[in-house]
Amino acid sequence: MSKESAPHGGPPPMAQRTPWADGLFSVLAHGAAWLTLALLAGIIVSLVIGAFPAIEKYGLSFLWRSEWDPVNDEYGGLVMIYGTLMTSFIALLIAVPVSFGIALFLTELSPGWLKRPLGIAIELLAAVPSIVYGMWGLLVFSPILSTYVQQPLQSVFAGVPLLGSLVSGPPVGIGLLSAGIILAIMVIPFIASVMRDVFEVTPPMLKESAYALGSTTWEVVSKIVLPYTKSGVVGGIMLGLGRALGETMAVTFVIGNFNQLNSLSLFEAANSITSALANEFAEAGEGLHSASLIYLGLVLFFITFVVLSLSKLLLMQLKKGEGSRT
Amino acid sequence: MKSSIFGKLALGAVLIWAGAAIAQDVTGAGASFPAPVYSKWADAYNKATGARINYQSVGSGAGIRQIRGKTVDFGASDAPLTDAELTKDGMIQFPTVIGGVVPVVNIKGITPGQIRMNGQVLGDIYLGKITKWNDAALTALNPGVPLPDATIAVVRRADGSGTSFLFTNYLSKVNADWKAKVGEGTAVNWPTGAGGKGNEGVSAFVGRLPNSIGYVEYSYAKQNKMSHVLMRNKDGVYVAPDDSAFKAAAAGAEWSKTFYQVLTDQPGKDSWPITGATFILMHKAQDKPSSATNSLKFFDWAFANGDKMADDLDYVALPASLKDLIRKQWADNLKDGAGKPIAFK
Repeated sequence: MSKESAPHGGPPPMAQRTPWADGLFSVLAHGAAWLTLALLAGIIVSLVIGAFPAIEKYGLSFLWRSEWDPVNDEYGGLVMIYGTLMTSFIALLIAVPVSFGIALFLTELSPGWLKRPLGIAIELLAAVPSIVYGMWGLLVFSPILSTYVQQPLQSVFAGVPLLGSLVSGPPVGIGLLSAGIILAIMVIPFIASVMRDVFEVTPPMLKESAYALGSTTWEVVSKIVLPYTKSGVVGGIMLGLGRALGETMAVTFVIGNFNQLNSLSLFEAANSITSALANEFAEAGEGLHSASLIYLGLVLFFITFVVLSLSKLLLMQLKKGEGSRT
Repeated sequence: MKSSIFGKLALGAVLIWAGAAIAQDVTGAGASFPAPVYSKWADAYNKATGARINYQSVGSGAGIRQIRGKTVDFGASDAPLTDAELTKDGMIQFPTVIGGVVPVVNIKGITPGQIRMNGQVLGDIYLGKITKWNDAALTALNPGVPLPDATIAVVRRADGSGTSFLFTNYLSKVNADWKAKVGEGTAVNWPTGAGGKGNEGVSAFVGRLPNSIGYVEYSYAKQNKMSHVLMRNKDGVYVAPDDSAFKAAAAGAEWSKTFYQVLTDQPGKDSWPITGATFILMHKAQDKPSSATNSLKFFDWAFANGDKMADDLDYVALPASLKDLIRKQWADNLKDGAGKPIAFK
């Protein structure tokens, strides 16, 4: 840095001040970037240290052991891992098509006067605190789900082998499905607003040309807009998935917090990693119980990491395909 | 110029910090069940003496961790530590107030106190062995009560809690199957049921789900006017949960032997079977005698002046004889660095 000090005879005030400010700026920017990395490494290290008793005892078998018994000090994470993945999967299954519809409507079909209020309304949904969704889910939504969805389904599918077991369980409207639906409502604003933003950057020229050639709206969207914006769309979905995986408060209200895996039912109470952590951490004794909870946290960290890497891989695959087609 | 401003700011900060230190703050952390009465006491104590008590309601497990790590002046736990654990950590414990856990139901047409249960039946419901309200075991205990032909929706705590500890401790004492399969603890491997977070979560579930059963702290059941269940106690009498029933359960315990007393399934014809005290933990050897003195002064004051406040919040105050025992414990066991007893009078 010192070598780059101002040469003699340059424009005096600027040249004398710039190297110092530039150096400082560079240090700050580097520092900020390294700080993030150091924080990440620090979190991983402290999780591993905290989880070490459980890692030592169970190793990877923790991932497929299903008992969670604080009394006998036996722990396994399968129930929570399954619950986390399943609720997030249900959430995406609902949220992606709906968000796609919202974004499409806002960019292609909506009359001009409706665009702004509708867009703002959807963004406002993202600002609702998650505990409000949780309480709404418990007090308003789950009774509706139980009375108008679960009980009719149970009476229709009673005795049918696979479908029957999918909808079995006590008619309380609490469990994987209600958690998944609440999560879907929570991630829709995220996915929809990202999709809308990327749809909007599609060059109008491309779209207009397609329309001029006689394409329908659907053809324009599927052949022009989507290929043009696919990385943004995947990014938006991953953002939603990340939120769904990590959501705690709303899930803990409606998932039932039940650490047994004895049915396939979507209506059976279950548990998720975040919900187990929120519920049990404060009262967990020292030793294997808290170590296992931290191990669960590490697993969640790992799941999120895998999801992010997969989305990067997917994007790279998409880009490759792009190159070969042209 | 600049430096003098910073100097003044620094001086100000030091003064504020010193002022806070002079105010003799005492910090405690732990159980959430007694948090309302501790903060009520702390508030009244502050008005009476000017000393401040900070109580953080973080949960019993976290409270025990914090007092072990000496980050607080006293810890609080709903489940007592065994004498062996206390010796290992060099701590003493003493009870502060007594409370009860009440099974509550939500069945159409059933009024509070109309259903009678015993520990065996309650345990079998929570084991998932009794699944219908008109099960023979229930109808036998409740002749003439219109119990519906409906599935029992079982509700329990999702978070680890002292309430669950008392409940599972009671079931382990009276239901052999429960003891073998589930056991007791602040969090257990529940065989059935939906979990609500906190007393408010459980009461929300029970209030919302038809044909449900749950268990909550007595004050929640009373304030939310929930339908409590009459429980059969050790002497075979069906009792309703109220202050006198909790007092009766506490009266029979042999406090003079040890403060490790879980007051479930106590003898006595009036005792409510799911009763328990909540405890304070302190180190025997005090590095900071002055804050230990302040903590003890606070509890001494609360024992002398706080019964009415506890009563208003639906807790049961300790009997006078037990309070004297506790004061004796303090004098005998709590020592400063030089081995002198901690003063609290």
